Amino acid sequence: MNTKRTLLMSPEDIDRTLHRVAHEIAEKSSVQPPPALVGLKTRGDILATRLKRILEDILGAPLDNGALDIGLYRDDVEISDSIRELRSTDVDFDVDERRIILVDDVLYTGRTIRAALNGLFDLGRPQRVELVVLIDRGHRELPIRPDYVGREVKTRSDERIDVRLREMDGEDGVFLVSHTD
Amino acid sequence: MTTKFPYKHLLGLRGMPRETIELILDTARAMKEVHSRKVKKVPTLRGKIVVNLFYEPSTRTRTSFELAAKRLSADTVGISTTTSSVVKGESLLDTAHTLRVMGADIIIMRHSSSGAPHLLAENLNISIINAGDGINEHPTQGLLDLFTIREHKGQIQGLTVTIAGDIRHSRVARSNMWGLLTLGAKVRMVGPPTLVPKYVRDLGVEVYTDFDKAIDGADVINLLRIQKERMTANFFPNLREYNRLYGMSSERLANAKPGVLIMHPGPINRGVEISSEVADSPSSVILEQVTNGIAVRMAVLYLLVTGQRERSTEEGASSFLWEAES
Repeated sequence: MNTKRTLLMSPEDIDRTLHRVAHEIAEKSSVQPPPALVGLKTRGDILATRLKRILEDILGAPLDNGALDIGLYRDDVEISDSIRELRSTDVDFDVDERRIILVDDVLYTGRTIRAALNGLFDLGRPQRVELVVLIDRGHRELPIRPDYVGREVKTRSDERIDVRLREMDGEDGVFLVSHTD
Repeated sequence: MTTKFPYKHLLGLRGMPRETIELILDTARAMKEVHSRKVKKVPTLRGKIVVNLFYEPSTRTRTSFELAAKRLSADTVGISTTTSSVVKGESLLDTAHTLRVMGADIIIMRHSSSGAPHLLAENLNISIINAGDGINEHPTQGLLDLFTIREHKGQIQGLTVTIAGDIRHSRVARSNMWGLLTLGAKVRMVGPPTLVPKYVRDLGVEVYTDFDKAIDGADVINLLRIQKERMTANFFPNLREYNRLYGMSSERLANAKPGVLIMHPGPINRGVEISSEVADSPSSVILEQVTNGIAVRMAVLYLLVTGQRERSTEEGASSFLWEAES
């Protein structure tokens, strides 16, 4: 069995997409309070930090951002094959009454976002929560939808989306990985 | 990112590999963050039953385990042996089997006999955590000491740690020693010659009788309580003399290495092994140890429960191993 890697987004595509999403968030900010960005570990937090910088330029004001680890909120702790390493949640501002923008790299079943919402609400009571994803690959198992999407990609469930970010992987790029016989 | 935790029980730090100790400490760091939240509770162990079975008195360890389990949303039951069927003559194994069929997932056990939790681990098909067995080990205390040292010093490798006092009767000293040696620290032990067992030299521990020499240049000084309840003979003349020779005083602290950490597993006896001024000084991390204890115990509970499925395919249980001390 061979694996095939198809490029979905180049470094320029990722950058352009983040700028577009930032403008969409900013547009809503005329009627909404300034947002705070919360990224899901371990790549959503990197995207959140990039979005924050772009948004700060657009809005001309400093924004809060943080990172959420959802390991303690997963619904598969007993059925998964191995232990997921826990990382610390790092949200050092008060989320009460805030407009929180959750950021993740790939939206799939929606279970991660369910866990993230539970985690977020243990930190306080946000006024509203919006969701940014770089890739929406479908196959939702829960009634969850993103507010801002980088790109929608039709996938089969045996395929995999590989998001690489330079802060962590040394390069930017999104790939669809599929197996061929 | 996924990883392996192939243990069903936590019985001791002896023989536990470095990666496993580090995994527990890293997991504890994530757990500590929960402590700083408004809602100090996460749903991870919902529906699990954790039983505290304590055959010896305990305030901090028992409360710490109970809070750790509650913060992970497990249900907890505490069995105090003075008000249970134990006083009616029920054997340890019968008590444990009764708890198992009531649905316990984890039994946390303290017992005055070394090896008692190992007996349960060999006979019951549920996870056992040793919360102190006689003079053998107290692994979660050892882990929380390692966690506290690592938080302050960055790493354990290369540090000099002096453990002082009643080494002979101390399960804390033994768990600390195993963990520290595995993580590459230099371990010194000091106390009245009657209270420092000889075999520790063979394990690479430096043994001192002069307290001032033992703490000279040490990065960490861990002071132990004189365990009068375990002493069957007179090991030293009196507490006043013990305090003069082995008590941590302000003068001794002033001569210690700058930045030295003063640790104590508690309960402390002020004026015996530690003076009040030292216990309350900025060098003392005694209360931090208590806070860290909850995070470390949360990590252990989490890893024992979540590691269950991978264990069903490969049954590894080397933390099981335990040999009687001569």
